[in-house]
Amino acid sequence: MIGNNGAGKSTLLNTIAGTLPADAGELTLAGHRITRKPIASRSRWLSRVFQDPKMGTAGELSVAENLTLAAQHTGSMSLKRYRRHGQTAAYQNLLQPLNMGLEDRLTTQVKYLSGGQRQALSLLMATLSQPELLLLDEHTAALDPRTSQKVMALTQTIVEQHQLTTMMITHKMSDALKYGNRLVMVQDGQIKLDVRGEAKQNLRQEELLTLFAE
Amino acid sequence: MLITSIGQGLLWAPLAIGVFITFRILDIPDLTTEGSFPLGAAVTVSAMVSGQSALVASLLGFVAGCLAGWVTGMLDTKLRMPSLLAGILTMTGLYSINMHVMGKSNVPLLNQRVLTSYLPAGWSIDLQTIIVGAVITGVVMALLIWLFKTRLGLSLMATGNNSAMSAANGIYTDRMVIIGYMVSNGCIALSGALIAQSNGYADIGMGIGTIVIGLASVLVGEIFLRGRQMWVRLSAMVVGAIIYRFLLTVAMGLGFPVDDLKILSAGILVVVICLPLLRQKYQTKQQLKRYLKQIGVDSHATETSSLKRQASPEGLLSRDSK
Repeated sequence: MIGNNGAGKSTLLNTIAGTLPADAGELTLAGHRITRKPIASRSRWLSRVFQDPKMGTAGELSVAENLTLAAQHTGSMSLKRYRRHGQTAAYQNLLQPLNMGLEDRLTTQVKYLSGGQRQALSLLMATLSQPELLLLDEHTAALDPRTSQKVMALTQTIVEQHQLTTMMITHKMSDALKYGNRLVMVQDGQIKLDVRGEAKQNLRQEELLTLFAE
Repeated sequence: MLITSIGQGLLWAPLAIGVFITFRILDIPDLTTEGSFPLGAAVTVSAMVSGQSALVASLLGFVAGCLAGWVTGMLDTKLRMPSLLAGILTMTGLYSINMHVMGKSNVPLLNQRVLTSYLPAGWSIDLQTIIVGAVITGVVMALLIWLFKTRLGLSLMATGNNSAMSAANGIYTDRMVIIGYMVSNGCIALSGALIAQSNGYADIGMGIGTIVIGLASVLVGEIFLRGRQMWVRLSAMVVGAIIYRFLLTVAMGLGFPVDDLKILSAGILVVVICLPLLRQKYQTKQQLKRYLKQIGVDSHATETSSLKRQASPEGLLSRDSK
């Protein structure tokens, strides 16, 4: 999803995620009516990666504890011990493919990680429960170009591996064209362009830019 | 003097632990403290006067504190009030409640058996206080250490640290905040119950300044004992409460009148807030020095040159003239 600042991209995303209440209309996700459901209960079906790497993880908690929050996300009121047998090895296996050295830092507080590491961890946490819908809110915008590329590639891998329905907001035209199989352009709160499949593959950056200018 | 401070400190420790839960875990400065502390005292003493045993009465005090915390929690989360205001409102309302519970502004304990009376009468009052305080604080600590090992405890910590992320991970953050307020004010009220039994009376004014005492104990404790594990952090609160009592006892021994203790408390709080900041500054400087040495820059040279620059009046003048 692309669009100018103030076009309504984030409003749409926040409405889906539950941070903004919908003024009118219905939200249905995989057969569940979620219009009036609080954020926490929507988390059963959807996950979100925020733009700010600090937003997606709890900085005071360790890497393992953050992963536990995502892995046991339906049991937040449980009085069972959260540290489970064999958990360390399982988490290490999850972190290994990220190639960020996080597997050796399970007990490190997340606030000591770099932005890229935090965002990769957020992404992993968001996809751990294989949600029906993954929301990416400009999730590479706060990263340096190389890390941003790395996180995008990682996103592609995870999304394809689990076949996740994903909605990504981006300001990078190249990313919008390169990734995904549908492109939506929003302007003044309306969908201005909606191309998918082959038509999307054939779309050129220049065409998009002229549409933007209109 | 030290022995008395230890005993008294252990009775005040649940207050420090309660304040720690809202202030450090939930990241909320909760002023309900000033109302829930005398509430615990009022409920406990009234229950004892009407014939309840000290243990049951103390538990009732704890429960009353939880209810006070629930009210603040509801104001904060459901009515979306700023947490400071929510605390102030509950605290103010509790003044009337406490008056109703007690019936008058001061209720003395007459011949009722307090918790320390269950111990052999031959033991000194200091020893009795230490044992009662240690047992109760120990139980509170054990329960909390257990709580923070559960998934619920982790949810509480996550909520205080990053509310948006916690909600996105399926945690009902409002519920967590309310639970936090309840546990915290329960502990605070329990402390009030213990102090009332130790003093031999409940008084409507005994809550004044308790938030400062609580915060000071938290900060003093963290200066002396630091760590990430929950048992270390909670032990720090106990240490903080004891040291704080000791400081007050020393001040009183030096001849400070009782009326001046409040301003002294505030003064101690200012000092213990500033101390860690200064220490951090110093440590950062040391770290920088070590780093510069490591990468081969002569830190001594740069420092003396900067000193020279500061000392030279011409330098200052020339900068002014620019």
